[in-house]
Amino acid sequence: MNQDIYVLIEHIRGSVSDISFMDLAQARALASVTGGQVVAVILGHKAQELANGLDADSVLYVDDAAMAEFNYDAYQRVLTSLLKDKAPRAMLFGDTTIGADIASSLSAALDLPVISFCAEVKGDGGALKYVSHICAGKLHVEGPLPDQTTLLTMVPGRFRVEEGKSNKPHPLTILPTPDMSDLRIALMEYEEPSAEDVDISTEPILIAVGRGLMNKDDLEIVEDLAEVMGGTVCASRPVVDQRWLPSTRLVGKSGKVVKPKIYLALGISGAPEHVESITGSEMIIAVNTDPNAPIFNLAKYGVEEDMLDVAEALSEAIQEAKGG
Amino acid sequence: MSQAVVLDKPADLYDPNVPGLGTDPDIKHCIQCGNCSGVCPWGYVMEYPPSRMISALRAGIFDQVTSTDSVWMCIACSACTTACPSLIPITEHLMTRIKEELILAGRVPTELQSALEASHRYGNPLGESPRKRADWTKEAGVPVPILGKNKSHADVLWFVGDYPAYHPNVKPTSFALASIFNALGVDFGILGNDEHSDGDSQRLAGEQGLFETLAEKNARAFNKYSFNEIVTTDPHAYNAFRNAYPELGITYPVQHYTQYLAERIEQLKPFLRKEVKATVTYHDPCYLGRVNGIYDEPRQLIEAIRGIELVEMPHHRETSLCCGGGGGGMWLDGYQWEKSHARTSEWRVKEAQKTGAQILVVACPYEKPRFQDAIKTVRIDNLEVMDLTELLAKAMK
Amino acid sequence: MKIVVPIQLVPDLVEDLEISPDGTSFDYENLVWIINEFDDHAIEQAILIKEKSGAEVTILAPDMEDIDDPLFTAAAKGADKLLKISGDFDAGINNHALSKLFTPALRSLQPDLILTGVSNHDGLDGALGPLMAHHLGLPYIGYVSSVTVDGEKATVHKDYPGGLKARLKVKLPAVLGITSSETPPRYVPVSKVRQSMKTSQIDELEGEMDLSGVATIERMYEPEVTEKAEMLNGDIADISNQLVKILKEQGLI
Repeated sequence: MNQDIYVLIEHIRGSVSDISFMDLAQARALASVTGGQVVAVILGHKAQELANGLDADSVLYVDDAAMAEFNYDAYQRVLTSLLKDKAPRAMLFGDTTIGADIASSLSAALDLPVISFCAEVKGDGGALKYVSHICAGKLHVEGPLPDQTTLLTMVPGRFRVEEGKSNKPHPLTILPTPDMSDLRIALMEYEEPSAEDVDISTEPILIAVGRGLMNKDDLEIVEDLAEVMGGTVCASRPVVDQRWLPSTRLVGKSGKVVKPKIYLALGISGAPEHVESITGSEMIIAVNTDPNAPIFNLAKYGVEEDMLDVAEALSEAIQEAKGG
Repeated sequence: MSQAVVLDKPADLYDPNVPGLGTDPDIKHCIQCGNCSGVCPWGYVMEYPPSRMISALRAGIFDQVTSTDSVWMCIACSACTTACPSLIPITEHLMTRIKEELILAGRVPTELQSALEASHRYGNPLGESPRKRADWTKEAGVPVPILGKNKSHADVLWFVGDYPAYHPNVKPTSFALASIFNALGVDFGILGNDEHSDGDSQRLAGEQGLFETLAEKNARAFNKYSFNEIVTTDPHAYNAFRNAYPELGITYPVQHYTQYLAERIEQLKPFLRKEVKATVTYHDPCYLGRVNGIYDEPRQLIEAIRGIELVEMPHHRETSLCCGGGGGGMWLDGYQWEKSHARTSEWRVKEAQKTGAQILVVACPYEKPRFQDAIKTVRIDNLEVMDLTELLAKAMK
Repeated sequence: MKIVVPIQLVPDLVEDLEISPDGTSFDYENLVWIINEFDDHAIEQAILIKEKSGAEVTILAPDMEDIDDPLFTAAAKGADKLLKISGDFDAGINNHALSKLFTPALRSLQPDLILTGVSNHDGLDGALGPLMAHHLGLPYIGYVSSVTVDGEKATVHKDYPGGLKARLKVKLPAVLGITSSETPPRYVPVSKVRQSMKTSQIDELEGEMDLSGVATIERMYEPEVTEKAEMLNGDIADISNQLVKILKEQGLI
């Protein structure tokens, strides 16, 4: 086992996912403790230019038409032999629809430990420690990084996207493609969500509603506030599950990552699946009747009141301030 | 438009496809006067209000009734039952039966589903931890003995209820009643974490199985202790213990707190030292008033407070207008709003406002949160909602 | 069409999460368990497939305390067979152990489709689905929100961020990690569950729990509130004015 830290570079339709940049930053921090290199691993098709802009010491690239987009079967074949061959200290994946699928499978295939919900891997007096957030963020667990090649699925929060970017050139090695015959999974096509809706991932002012919203009709109060603030309403999973807002408004693990100037979280408890997508917000203000809601650990300002009371009063106050 | 059904025998008046319904002797007496559908607060929204349900049953097109889901507008307020000249128990024998059919078919609005699942799993519809059911006693400011801890006998077993135990707006009702019991020197105890939802609203929402499960658990708790009577905060619990639990073989003497306190009004009066200068109006809860005939005791208690002026709303006593919480209504707000864009609680608080009252006095735990919400939605200033216990406690300070 | 739905119990987050006195694991004796929510969706998806195109649905579970109720509930929803595997669960459970516990039964059941929840919130050691998939040599697709079976293939939707979905075809047999069933898990009346307690049978098999191969936990704790939000005080009107001031400072008004 060498002391390098490998990072799977996740990409969807030609774009590298934010989590992979964060993983590179984590890898950089980890490698400085282990003394190894940061190695980016890209599986794709005619996708070498994805290597540009990554903060990595080197890049390993494997090409196949079957891997133009993520394919579990193909990735498994490539990464099983790659990890067996290279035996790095650790390999980082995103705790995502790509990373989570493949990391666990590799753990079984190679009999290597896998650690999920990982927020950080850090040096601690000579030893390496992982920190994971489980049970919807209600519990933190820490422990020594196992003394074998360890696979980790990372959640965002500790490092920013920018910290994983660099224009320094790095060597790219093309590895041979294993046998790709008889793949059992095939991508037919991507299906876009309805195009008419706004893209919340680029909106600067977001008003988010969560489980604290008890009735669909109360959404009107929030929409009024959003209009007065010049912002857009988005939601955490429970609201979208109820079909009270379309899934294009979902902020969270299976929704969008947002980076607004202001994120006003109404009735949102702050479960990691949601919070991981809002860490890029410049400012978070949280309103929740539960003083122990985890969202208050992330927010800059907090209000321990009923979300609708606050929404209504704030609407009025803003209108007054605007002189209307 | 369906064909007229020609019947061979008058006895063929009923579609036997709905178990229990077709053979109900009471429904046979319907004279199709339409009083029920007229007095029903949501009759105008239902595709099949009560009288039309019965006529559909007779016409053999009952499957059309169960194919719509507008019975979920029913808040089990019993206005129909009270208005029926043939004395048919419409609420329990018709509306609840239809809800049972829909539940069997799995056609339950999401909110109600969550409340039923939470009731089953956590013993309360709010989804709160059963281990925290007695936590409110720590904030009560007065002693609240928990049976089983250091007490196994009490004169009164106070059945607290779900909302009075957990809901932040209703806990003050519990604090107030606890202080009144303490002041009167009542020998009481509560079940604490052993208490489960009385299950009456869940029963009326069509979940008989859930009701029986909850009743069994409460019965086991009751059996552990000795007490002379049960006193409930909640008229729904009162109704359950008085009228529904006995059918399961669980029978105990029970009173609603208004009855218990009214019986002891001469003992209570000396404690009502403080004057409360306010005009108040009293909302008759459906399950205290219409369903169980308790109208006078709450009024006696209110009028025992010095300085109070009691005014009546046009809908009062038998005609009281439901807050909308019964029969599952507490957990059907989203569904009912979508269908009607109105709330009975909003009508009711406007009616209260018109009387000029400053305080709307209630005696059922569903009402305070519903009326407080309605006051906010309708934006009424100067109208406060208080449970009768809180009003009495206010006069005692 | 044979579908098997492996399920598991997870700590119920409504209750306090009890930690062992030495602070390295759950206090398993005092923990309250509930069926993994994603597994509930997997059960629902299996029943939906059964209703749409016919299938025999078997629920597979570890023989832990409190497992019977979710099994009978699944039967009341339409599951055909219930199977629990016994083992020593006192020292806890993890997904590696569960995948090994389930593999012999899965091998003998020979399902066409295995549906399981995509993840579980106490799953520190990866997800159950891909682990089982590897042991069985089957393909795996996670984050699935719809499944249509067509002979020897299944067409699924895999969820990507931002509402994007990928439509994939997978050769059966396969393992799918379910995020959400096509319609939310149905309600089943308590009377039906009680009835199923009388009429349904839970088959039992013996198994072995092997907790090895996962990272050690040195410390399990509730997060300290290091940087907490500055709480705004006062009545609602005061708070609104403070918020307006903050928004102005951010240049948003």
